[in-house]
Amino acid sequence: MSNEHSMRRVTAIRNGTVIDHIPSGQAMRVLEMLGIAGATAVPVSLVMNVPSKKMGSKDIIKVEDRELTQSELDRLALVAPDARVAIIRAYSVAEKLSINLGEELVNVVRCTFSNCITTNLREPQAHRLKVVQRDPLQLRCHYCGRPQNLGELANNVL
Amino acid sequence: MAGLITMDDLTNEQILSILEDAERLLPVARGEIFLPLLQGRILGNLFFEPSTRTRMSFETAMKRLGGDVVNLGDVKTSSVVKGETLFDTIQMVDGYTDIIAMRHPRQGAAQYAQDAARVPILNGGDGAGHHPTQTMLDLFTIKQAHGRLEGLKVVLAGDLRYGRTVHSLSHALTRFGCELIFASPSLLNMPEEIVSDLRSHGANVIETEDLYGSMADADVVYMTRIQKERFADEDEYARCAGAYKLHARHLSEVKQDMIIMHPLPRVDEIDPSVDTTRHARYFEQAFNGVVARMALLCRLLGVTVPAKIEGVAL
Repeated sequence: MSNEHSMRRVTAIRNGTVIDHIPSGQAMRVLEMLGIAGATAVPVSLVMNVPSKKMGSKDIIKVEDRELTQSELDRLALVAPDARVAIIRAYSVAEKLSINLGEELVNVVRCTFSNCITTNLREPQAHRLKVVQRDPLQLRCHYCGRPQNLGELANNVL
Repeated sequence: MAGLITMDDLTNEQILSILEDAERLLPVARGEIFLPLLQGRILGNLFFEPSTRTRMSFETAMKRLGGDVVNLGDVKTSSVVKGETLFDTIQMVDGYTDIIAMRHPRQGAAQYAQDAARVPILNGGDGAGHHPTQTMLDLFTIKQAHGRLEGLKVVLAGDLRYGRTVHSLSHALTRFGCELIFASPSLLNMPEEIVSDLRSHGANVIETEDLYGSMADADVVYMTRIQKERFADEDEYARCAGAYKLHARHLSEVKQDMIIMHPLPRVDEIDPSVDTTRHARYFEQAFNGVVARMALLCRLLGVTVPAKIEGVAL
């Protein structure tokens, strides 16, 4: 089944953002991380587990009438580092963006170590996780230095 | 330099240079000479967790050098109990002092405080994290006994899981090419991430439960207390407590110049019979806390320790 066919499972959007090549089963997590999982005014279409030549299977999200910013998209580095993002204007791809995992994730997720100083949510300084290694991804808390459990980390999204 | 949060904040050259400063400051630490290198400077002692030696030795170090100290006092009677954040506490003390020594039950608290402060922070222990000023006094004690740090065989024994002292020390010893033997009950093994970190830095690490069999060719045996306060489960504590009880009779086969260290307080892990042997160094080690912290206070405050120590004889 072609990639084009997968994309047609949902209607083309006039304006907004298409996030393609999300690892299969991660679409809901992506919506959570973008803060559009709950009540939202914009139409959101989502397909999951569609065949993909490159990935075997994948998820796709289309968010109408909202152009996601680069910094919003960079939050996805934890769950969909290879996702491809297109900004759509008047049914055409106006911009192509990719997700950048920088040197540090600032105020994206909270450290997973239960005794880290940052578990006191009243402490006002930024939550900072340093990227130690990209493939496979390894993160350490800037404050307590603990290596992060990536499975748990998805539950600590800010 | 900013502060001292972990031993990674110091190069090997800086470590050796601070230890040399400490060596020269010994007569000042003993109270034989008064040398007011830090006159007019104020240390803020912020101990959010109980401490005897670390807090007192910081205070003594500052006063021996003519400086002054303000204390947070009992956490139960400070603003902390009213719900003040660490960030706010640091903002306040930062304005009152020139340097801060801090102990906190949460890991990462020292780095967090350093990011919030203008003055240098000396980490006096953060949860099960780091305790670099203890490491400096430990290194001083080892160098005093063996004349070097490089290539020694060091046994670290007891609670290696929760003991921040041994975490910081093992990182530092690795940097000086020491061979490390970790002797602990299996429940209290050195955390896996630390062992793999040490190995990735070229450390030769052996893990065992057999303390007594590991001592024969050791240069240093570093004992630690099984920390009851770190156990949530009383049964687990009972299984580990008393795993090692070093007695003078265990020392017949050890090297003549092997030294026994302990960050103190001890419970049962070193029998008093060891105190009078040539190997016991833990009380000198506790005293060395003063001189090592004197050297660190000077270094972090940008005060040069003179090559020749001259002051008022007392």
